[in-house]
Amino acid sequence: MLAITAIAIIVMRNILSVIMLGGIYSLVSATLFVALDAVDVAFTEAAVGAGISTVLFLSAFAVTGQHYALERKNHNVAIIAVLTTGAALVYSISDMPVFGDPAAPIHNHVAPRYIEQSAEEIGIPNIVTSVLASYRGFDTLGEVTVVFTALVAVLLLLGVNRGSRKDKP
Amino acid sequence: MRKNPILRETSHLLIPAILLFALYVQFHGDYGPGGGFQAGVIFASGVILYALLHGIKKAEKVISLTLAKTLAAIGLLLYAGIGVLGIFLGGNFLDYNVLAHDPTHGQHWGIFFIELGVGITVATVMISIFYAFAKFKK
Repeated sequence: MLAITAIAIIVMRNILSVIMLGGIYSLVSATLFVALDAVDVAFTEAAVGAGISTVLFLSAFAVTGQHYALERKNHNVAIIAVLTTGAALVYSISDMPVFGDPAAPIHNHVAPRYIEQSAEEIGIPNIVTSVLASYRGFDTLGEVTVVFTALVAVLLLLGVNRGSRKDKP
Repeated sequence: MRKNPILRETSHLLIPAILLFALYVQFHGDYGPGGGFQAGVIFASGVILYALLHGIKKAEKVISLTLAKTLAAIGLLLYAGIGVLGIFLGGNFLDYNVLAHDPTHGQHWGIFFIELGVGITVATVMISIFYAFAKFKK
């Protein structure tokens, strides 16, 4: 399903349908995350990827779309770059531990400590929240700062309120 | 859009549920899936749905761009402020153990407030970006 959607996005020439397919892609990957028991990630993917970013793409399209048409150019360099990266990624799969392998490095680093100690140290049932908000609180602060910086950048670029209010420079 | 009664009435049914669900996701994040990011996005989508159906002007009567921008900064400051509060109470930056007498209780308070900060910032940033795009045309 993901592959079909991705191919459809490549083949499509209409930006509007590409945006909608992007939302569908996010929704399908959200179901994939549910299948992998990553409910929090699926939740975020469905809300951000399928919901908000589609709306934001559409509103950006409403601002820029009239003056922009997809050109049929030769994208040989881009195709070669994508294929090389894809081949390298597929090749590196052979080095990865088997899916669900308990001896995999990812399960033996800090994960056991989080799972074993979180109930005593943090005392909330959702370990994802305790990692996100407490153990990795500094990272989350950075993420929120990124979101805020995005707003600052958009407002600077689009220049909303410029000249419409007297108390603003 | 204002002439379309079906969409308008459906949105009247949906928007309160969306906003309520956002609050549930926000404050239930400790116990189930969810948290500030998801709650903020869901809340913003409720407001954006309202703005899409009733126009930016009516939506700005609910949350103006100025208010949204201010709240975005306040949310981030709330998060960082909790971190600094930890320093003042004798811990490290973003150390919640010192926020209450009991370390676990302190963690609860810390997570509650930083998730609130995340939720406020994410919701108002999404709303403001949407406003910025929507108002740009005029």
